[in-house]
Amino acid sequence: MAHDHKLEIFRGLVKFKSNISKIWGVLIFLSIITTIEVVLGIIRPAFLVETSFLGMHLLNWIFIILTLVKAYYIAWDFMHLRDEKTALRRVIVWTPIFLVSYLIFILLFEADYIHEVYKEGFIKWNF
Amino acid sequence: MDTTVTTGEEQNVWGGGNKPLGASYGKMMMWFFIVSDALTFSGFLAAYGFSRFKFIETWPIADEVFTHVPFFHGNFPMIYVAFMTFVLIMSSVTMVLAVDAGHKMQKNRVIWYMFLTIIGGIIFVGSQGWEWATFIKGDHGAIETKGGRILQFVDAKSGERVGIADFAKEIASERTQHENRSGIWFTSEGSLPSYSVTEVVEGFKANSNLLVRTELKNEEGHKTVLSRDESLKNLLNASQVVEGANLIHNEYGSRLFADFFFFITGFHGFHVFSGIVINIIIFFNVVLGTYEKRRSYEMVEKVGLYWHFVDLVWVFVFTFFYLV
Repeated sequence: MAHDHKLEIFRGLVKFKSNISKIWGVLIFLSIITTIEVVLGIIRPAFLVETSFLGMHLLNWIFIILTLVKAYYIAWDFMHLRDEKTALRRVIVWTPIFLVSYLIFILLFEADYIHEVYKEGFIKWNF
Repeated sequence: MDTTVTTGEEQNVWGGGNKPLGASYGKMMMWFFIVSDALTFSGFLAAYGFSRFKFIETWPIADEVFTHVPFFHGNFPMIYVAFMTFVLIMSSVTMVLAVDAGHKMQKNRVIWYMFLTIIGGIIFVGSQGWEWATFIKGDHGAIETKGGRILQFVDAKSGERVGIADFAKEIASERTQHENRSGIWFTSEGSLPSYSVTEVVEGFKANSNLLVRTELKNEEGHKTVLSRDESLKNLLNASQVVEGANLIHNEYGSRLFADFFFFITGFHGFHVFSGIVINIIIFFNVVLGTYEKRRSYEMVEKVGLYWHFVDLVWVFVFTFFYLV
């Protein structure tokens, strides 16, 4: 376990010769994603900000998806989840994903409702 | 050896000694901790999302809040935090290289990589301290209204932000900071802002090229700039001058933004700090040859997991505080 590493990333598209070269490969990949995020964050392309999808504009969706991609590679390659047994990996990954999606769903819906109350209701708060 | 310990094909499931998940006790416990800590951070970030969606139209724009880089003047949104992110990812890489060297029992390489990891962590925490200090000190200053809203000032022509120090009128005033030695002994107050409300408002009236910018975001996601008449009308509600941010007042806009910023980045920074301390302990253990004697560097792997987790959390904090 500890000594044999799975050396393929991108579903076998890239295969590294050693664990060390895989680490550097993942670093390059993560740096590229971070650079894309920062560049998008600075220029904020108008067409991405103006297009909205499921109540959030496209740019924010891109940021969140890129974040999840980064999180995946940190967990899979740096934290060696790729080399763990499937059962352990699923326990670690799916438990938080399930609970956190539920929490986010509830809280954001509630917040949107409160926002509506503040906006449409007879409460004056913005003065 | 006990008779219940069996080997090979006829393994007794309840006899002990099984490792169904193929991980040692210590590693399992580290994962337990990481999962629960991940849920804690998720709770914080979800609460941040809650407050943000609640005040979605008035939430501060991060690109306008975090614009500074040490030793440089000017407006550089994102640059410094991108540097911090890179430092943390880099220290994650040296950590995973230390783990890899540990598997191969290369003591000297473990020492070097652990050392670099610790340095990276210290640079990160230092940067975060600087980021906090800049945020607390503030930038342009603003007026808080009686309703607790923030009014900022912009130049009518360029639309650039104008600091209150640039236009406030000097008015001689008797008002000084109240200290408990010079009056009622059981009351005291914090330091006064550099300008009084009257000074700022009079200065605003005297400079016809200034306009007030409110917290409200317009259709394009920019903060609304009021007309001159509207600006003057809004300034009638002024209650105090705000410089910088703390848990109660925040010149950048919604005070909840500052509260969550301090709380979540503070909690993360505390994790980085404790990670550095644990790394240092393990570093000295490696130097002393503890794991060499143990013939296993699994301890390095365990602190490595924690360190990567801290990096993982930062990836999310970075997205939700600085990008989105």
